Amino acid sequence: MYGNDIPDLLGEVDAAETALREAAARDTGATHGEVAYFDAVIQADQKVEPRDWMPDSYRKTLIRQIAQHAHSEIIGMQPEGNWISRAPSLKRKAILLAKVQDEAGHGLYLYAAAETLGVSRDELVDLLLAGRQKYSSIFNYPTLTWADVGAIGWLVDGAAIVNQVPLCRCSYGPYARAMIRICKEESFHQRQGFEILHTLSHGTEAQRAMAQDAVDRWWYPSLAMFGPPDADSTHSEQSMAWKIKRFSNDELRQRFVDMCVQQAGVLGLTLPDPDLRWDEERQAHDYTQPDYDELMRVIKGDGPCNRQRMAHRRRAHDEGAWVREAAAAYAKKKESLNRNSGRGPLTSAAAPVPRGELP
Amino acid sequence: MNHDYLLQLGDDALIAAQRLAEWHASSPEMEEDVALANIALDQLGAARLLLTYAGEAEGRGRDEDALAFLRDDREFRNCLLVELPNGDFAVTVAKLFFLAAYQLPLYTKLAGGEDERLAAIAAKARKESAYHLDHSAQWTIRLGDGTEESHRRMQDAVDALWPYTHELTSGDVSRDEWLSTVEPVLAEATLERPADGWAPGGGRTGVHTEHLSYLLAEMQVLHRAHPGAKW
Amino acid sequence: MSANDWPLWEVFVRPRRGLSHGHVGSLHAPDATMALRNARDLYTRRQEGVSIWVVPATEITASSPDEKDAFFDPAADKVYRHPTFYEVPEGTQHL
Repeated sequence: MYGNDIPDLLGEVDAAETALREAAARDTGATHGEVAYFDAVIQADQKVEPRDWMPDSYRKTLIRQIAQHAHSEIIGMQPEGNWISRAPSLKRKAILLAKVQDEAGHGLYLYAAAETLGVSRDELVDLLLAGRQKYSSIFNYPTLTWADVGAIGWLVDGAAIVNQVPLCRCSYGPYARAMIRICKEESFHQRQGFEILHTLSHGTEAQRAMAQDAVDRWWYPSLAMFGPPDADSTHSEQSMAWKIKRFSNDELRQRFVDMCVQQAGVLGLTLPDPDLRWDEERQAHDYTQPDYDELMRVIKGDGPCNRQRMAHRRRAHDEGAWVREAAAAYAKKKESLNRNSGRGPLTSAAAPVPRGELP
Repeated sequence: MNHDYLLQLGDDALIAAQRLAEWHASSPEMEEDVALANIALDQLGAARLLLTYAGEAEGRGRDEDALAFLRDDREFRNCLLVELPNGDFAVTVAKLFFLAAYQLPLYTKLAGGEDERLAAIAAKARKESAYHLDHSAQWTIRLGDGTEESHRRMQDAVDALWPYTHELTSGDVSRDEWLSTVEPVLAEATLERPADGWAPGGGRTGVHTEHLSYLLAEMQVLHRAHPGAKW
Repeated sequence: MSANDWPLWEVFVRPRRGLSHGHVGSLHAPDATMALRNARDLYTRRQEGVSIWVVPATEITASSPDEKDAFFDPAADKVYRHPTFYEVPEGTQHL
């Protein structure tokens, strides 16, 4: 029912991981000098690691890209989590809760990768809350019905996977490794969204209409996730040279469209594009571009939910301050106690009850 | 197996899960979002197994979803503690701590009981309860013995919730047993153990607080809006 | 609100008996006890029976890539250390 796309994409993740290991075994053939070594590592498809010398702009670009990716995972929990409390079956509630939990985890993996570049997570969170770093604009749209949860899984996670699989080959080691881990965990997310929609489109008339309405609202914003058209994309060239970005916006967008058309057929739902058609010459689908002016407006802060998402994140951060401070205060107390008693700071950590074993 | 008893166990877990899940994207730190979701998933998993069994034991053809989404609040058998609002993080920690201190010995007993199916469910749930107890105890200690503000909030939470703990210890788990888990942690947390006094109850016979009706309205609304639909 | 309330910890996981611990990433936690628990939630959610080490990031001493000549070239010189350099006669199994 699902077609070959996800196994293909998972296969690409595995291939990226294999390539990483093979590259690790090769010699870069670099000679002397920091810049030459850096360039040679990139050329050889090997990984730059945290303590390597790197151009300042490479480092800054990566921090920004990884951080915004992390912010996206965390903010993305809001529209998706919106339907946990109202999930229409216990099975769906459990699946959605697990998915949202995964997203928190992915955000944390990515913040960890960003921190290897010499920035602290606190700084990055502050930048997000100050509006100086962004998150994926797609999460500024509301989840109005249960079917939206399905549409996000199918379209938004689908687009994210198309974007993320190439990142498994990114030149920066910690980011590539985080992406491999994330992509492997994400395989069930898109499948769940697809299944939700499939159940709806083959259910009651009200359910089918709900599913179609959700797809109608999420299609163009999902296309916009790939960013502006290549002609208008300013940062891409340098990112491509550094092997941070592996494919162009338009290439990825086309790949996504071609994938979705076939899947929409299986779902029995239409995509809201009357000009969508197969082009025999290009061996790809012609499609209507999303409204990039709208994308710019949403990025600038005027999407339906920007203010709400940011306010929610700020509130969680502010209201959690006393808890974080309490934990830090306790740790300090214990540390000085241990110092006074001559014990090391780590010896007082009681072994926790291992999962899967009795106390 | 008495289906009403299974409903008590299952409803405790289901309502606890529903409240815990409300913390998504709102926890004091991102790592805690992952931890609370984990605990919510554990409780929900146990709830599903218990409710499914309850439906079969009842013999009226009700599955886990029929029980979760189509019963009115007078038919729910959870203790009052789990349906109370989350409050601040201290209240949530105290609720979880008190609940886990009850669920762990309870599941331990049931895991050695005669009903094989319930014993299997309880054996799995017991391992998870140990983790819930550990997690909430660690937080109780850190909040109780953290800053002045955290101490005040944690003490307020313990005081406010204490009356609801008597309902937990009027059945399979004795007061003494429960206290033997709870009191040492409160002491280490520099918290005062409240005096026993008011002891509200009624959850086991479907007489709940006003909170449950709102909780169920939210939980059940979509399912009820599409009678007979599959999801 | 001060930064670094919760320090950074590096996490090492041994997924199964017989394997060694590998670095899987990092997280923030106020102390070692919570770091261990967070690591279990974050990095081993889908596995049982794993062994986890958490180390404050500040406690780790790393070699510098600038020293790579001194540390690593000698091994690269001695190519015979790597099994791929040996030519295994045809027909030899399991070698």
